[in-house]
Amino acid sequence: MAGKPKLYYFDGRGKMESIRWLLAAAGVEFEEEFLETREQYEKLLQGGSLLFQQVPMVEIDGMKMVQTRAILSYIAAKYNLYGKDLMERALIDMYVGGTDDLMGFILMFPFLSAEDKEKQCAVIVQKATSRYFPAYEKVLKDHGQDFLVGNSFSWADVHLLEAILMVEEKKSDVLLGFPQLQAFKARISSIPTIKKFLEPGSQRKPVPDDKYVETVRRVLHMYYDMKAN
Amino acid sequence: MSGKPRLTYCNGRGRMEPIRWLLAAAGVEFEEIFLETREQYEKLIKDGVLMFQQVPLVEIDGMKMVQTRAILSYIAGKYNLYGKDLKERALIDMYVEGITDLMQMILMFPFSPPEAKEKNLDSIKERATNRYFPVFEKVLKQHGQDFLVGNKFSWADVQLIEAILAVEEKIPAVLSGFPQLQAFKIRMSNMPTIKKFLQPGSPRKPPPDECYRETVLKIFRK
Repeated sequence: MAGKPKLYYFDGRGKMESIRWLLAAAGVEFEEEFLETREQYEKLLQGGSLLFQQVPMVEIDGMKMVQTRAILSYIAAKYNLYGKDLMERALIDMYVGGTDDLMGFILMFPFLSAEDKEKQCAVIVQKATSRYFPAYEKVLKDHGQDFLVGNSFSWADVHLLEAILMVEEKKSDVLLGFPQLQAFKARISSIPTIKKFLEPGSQRKPVPDDKYVETVRRVLHMYYDMKAN
Repeated sequence: MSGKPRLTYCNGRGRMEPIRWLLAAAGVEFEEIFLETREQYEKLIKDGVLMFQQVPLVEIDGMKMVQTRAILSYIAGKYNLYGKDLKERALIDMYVEGITDLMQMILMFPFSPPEAKEKNLDSIKERATNRYFPVFEKVLKQHGQDFLVGNKFSWADVQLIEAILAVEEKIPAVLSGFPQLQAFKIRMSNMPTIKKFLQPGSPRKPPPDECYRETVLKIFRK
C-alpha cells in the first residue's frame, strides 16, 4: 500500500477539486482513480465503499471517507491548517462556509443550458461582488495580516483563493474594487505548494467541459435537467 | 449581558433547529430573537452583524457566528460532543453531513410548489429508507453500542434523533424495518436533556406551517 491518500471521482473539478487544492496546499501527494463508466461506479457501490452511495470518496489513513466537508475538515486538522484553538476553527469554518456557498453557484454551471448559463453567470458575479468578496475584503482590511485567520496559513486561505480564481474564470476583472483580495491572491498564489499546484502538469483540473458533463451524467444517471438559481 | 448564547432567526425550525437541538442536548440555555419583519432583517444587515447577510446568527462567546455548520461544529467542540480524537471527529462529521443532506430535503419541502409536494415526499421516503437509515442501522448493529461513535454521546446522535423524528412526522411508519433505529430513538429520547427538549414548553419549534412559510418569504424575498 502506497500510504498516499487515494481520491475516487470523475476526471474533473466538481466537489473533489477543493480536496485536491487542500492536499496540494498541505504538500501531500495523492493518487486518483477516475470514474469513467457506470460499471466502475456500480462496482464501488456493490463493494460497500461509498457510505451514502456517493462520491467524492477518499481513502486516507485506513478510512474510506465520504462527504466533502468531512474530508476537508479531517485534512485541515491533520496538516495543521485549522487554526490553533476552537475560536480560530470557528472563524475558519465560517469563512469556508461562505466560499463554499459561493462555489456552490459555480458547481452546477456546466450542467445548465446555454441560456441558463448566461443567467447563472450574472448571479455568480453578483453574489461574489456584493456578498462574499466584500466580507473577506473587510476581514483582511481590519486586521491587516497576510492570512485570513490567526496570522497563520489555513484552510480558509486555500478555499478563498480557489473561489477567487473560479469566479475570475467567469469574469476576469471581478477583483476590481477589492485591493485587499488582489494582494491576497498574489500572496497566496506564491506560496510554494500552491504555486506548484497552479503550474501545468499538476493535479488541478481544468474548467469543466461538455465531456465532463457527459461523463457525470453517464456514470450517475443524474443531473439531466438543471436550472439556474 | 446574560452570557447565554443568543439565537436570531425566524420563529420556526429552518436552519436553526439543529442548533437548538444541539444546545439543548448539551444542557445549554439560550435566548432567541425572532425575525418577524423585513425591516428587522434589513437593520441586521445595515448594522453589519451578518457576515454574509444571512441567518442563522448565533452570538456566543463574544462572536457573531453565522453559517449553520460552523456554529454546530463550535458547539460540539465546546461541549465535548465531537469525539475524542481526529478519527472519531471524522466519523461524526461524515454521519452528520449525510443526515444533513436528508434534512435538507425536509427543509425545502414547505417551499416546493403544491404540484411537486407528492413527488418530494416520495423522494424523502426513498432516501431515508434506502440511503440514510440503512447506514445508521448497520453502524449500530455492527458495534452494538448505545451511541453512533466511540461508545459516547455525540453530535452525531443528536443529529440522527432529530432527523428520525422529522421524517416520522411526514412518514409515520418509516422506522419499520429498522429495529436498531427504533431502539436508538427510545434511548435518545430518554436522555434527560433531550427528554426535556421534547416536552411542551421547550424551545423546540413545531413543524413548519403556512404562517412560517409566509413569514420566511416575506422577510427574505429575493
